[in-house]
Amino acid sequence: MTRAIITVVGKDTVGIIAKVCTYLADNQINILDISQTIVQEFFNMMMIVDLTKSVKAFDVLSDELAEIGSNTGVQVKCQLEDIFDKMHRI
Amino acid sequence: MINLQEVIETNKMIEQENLDVRTITMGISLLDCADNDLTVTCEKIYKKITTLACDLVKTGEDISKEFGIPIVNKRISVTPISLVGSACCRTPGDYVQIAKTLDKAAKEVGVNFLGGYSAIVSKGMTKSDELLIRSIPMALACTTYICSSINVGSTKTGINMDAVRLMGDIIKQTAEATKEVDSLGCAKLVVLCNAPDDNPFMAGAFHGVSEADAIINVGVSGPGVVKYALEQIPDANFELLCETIKRTAFKITRVGQLVAQEASRRLGIPFGIIDLSLAPTPAVGDSVADILKCIGVEHPGAPGTTAALALLNDQVKKGGVMASSYVGGLSGAFIPVSEDQGMIDAVEVGALTLEKLEAMTCVCSVGLDMIAIPGDTPATTIAGIIADESAIGVVNQKTTAVRIIPVIGKTVGDTVEFGGLLGYAPIMPVNTFSSQRFVDRGGRIPAPIHSFKN
Repeated sequence: MTRAIITVVGKDTVGIIAKVCTYLADNQINILDISQTIVQEFFNMMMIVDLTKSVKAFDVLSDELAEIGSNTGVQVKCQLEDIFDKMHRI
Repeated sequence: MINLQEVIETNKMIEQENLDVRTITMGISLLDCADNDLTVTCEKIYKKITTLACDLVKTGEDISKEFGIPIVNKRISVTPISLVGSACCRTPGDYVQIAKTLDKAAKEVGVNFLGGYSAIVSKGMTKSDELLIRSIPMALACTTYICSSINVGSTKTGINMDAVRLMGDIIKQTAEATKEVDSLGCAKLVVLCNAPDDNPFMAGAFHGVSEADAIINVGVSGPGVVKYALEQIPDANFELLCETIKRTAFKITRVGQLVAQEASRRLGIPFGIIDLSLAPTPAVGDSVADILKCIGVEHPGAPGTTAALALLNDQVKKGGVMASSYVGGLSGAFIPVSEDQGMIDAVEVGALTLEKLEAMTCVCSVGLDMIAIPGDTPATTIAGIIADESAIGVVNQKTTAVRIIPVIGKTVGDTVEFGGLLGYAPIMPVNTFSSQRFVDRGGRIPAPIHSFKN
């Protein structure tokens, strides 16, 4: 299973989660976990997703998610989970 | 499972604290390119580099995008060219032909530097070593991507003072040959002692003869991350201070290890080593000097600086070693002047001198690095500086280096702009008393007694 972490950071905006989730569903990407918090009025959300059945290549996904973010005034990043695992787990 | 706080911490390191992987360097052996015909040698070199490294830059960019971590440089190091060209080069001009070939190959594959225009002369110079050394000024003046390094001493062999003396002249000639661009050629020329075979950082990278045919070495960085971590504990005692540096170095290095393994797997080339280094850039906050200030000295150069740097260097290694399966290269804190805004500031306010920098090189991973000095500094004085650094390396069994730039036409009070990652630097004063009689003696300084361990 190829897992990635999608993060959404920015000012809280109506419908941003819906947009990201719709995009993921349209591309056969399964959401495994969602968590969110507000830090200094900034909305921070992360999703752990399974890319195994994704119909799009990683770089396309990453660019399109970033674009959804910039259209809504937030930052959306998609990164493979390994970087976080390696850094925070021995 | 990874939690939100951990994700936020990692991304903050990347976005706000300048965490990056400084370089993926592909080491390539060119020993099998040697031929007794210069044209054939050049053809083989060009073909081997452009074949093995054709996907290096693209792979680096892919990894960078997928993990969301900047990979600043993609580079190549090659077998010391004095060896590769020894059968076919009869004049310094012949070696320059190889330099031009390397430059063309580097441009073709899109890397930003290619290191290994080098000779290892720690005990003696062959005729071809000397030809290569004499070709350096011309080679660096007519190429863009080539970096050159000469190893003039080691703990096992002592110091080759003939080479040290010659390098004093070569540095001056390189400065003269590139005077139109503020003697920039000297920024790509380093004189080393105890040079490692697997260093991924420029200008001293070369692919040693002890290495495999091709290898991936990765240099990590992240002074900004260490600085941020220390800012959170301004009054901590040394125990907590050291623990914090160690933990941070561990995290930084793990990212390097991941990138190295991925690059190795995708390129089908074995993973060599991770170089655990805190390498600053001119960007604000990406500074080793700032870490020293966080540890507690007003400016680098103040009393206490050497001790602060020693503990920083040691903790970076202790944290990093556990994070990577193979550690090598230079591994430690770099203290270049022009590439670190905090160091530049310290020179400008008068806190940091060449002599204090020399003391600092006793406890950090490299040596006198990216230091601009007056253009009229005599070659014998430069040779004296190289001899001093080499002695520190030989006696302390560590790598030391000299990358100084005698900027032609400039003197103390002027500044020089190299641009990009090389930064800018105020011209630093050099001790004006002569070392001529010392460096002109000729021969070599024997290896120290503690090198005889057999």
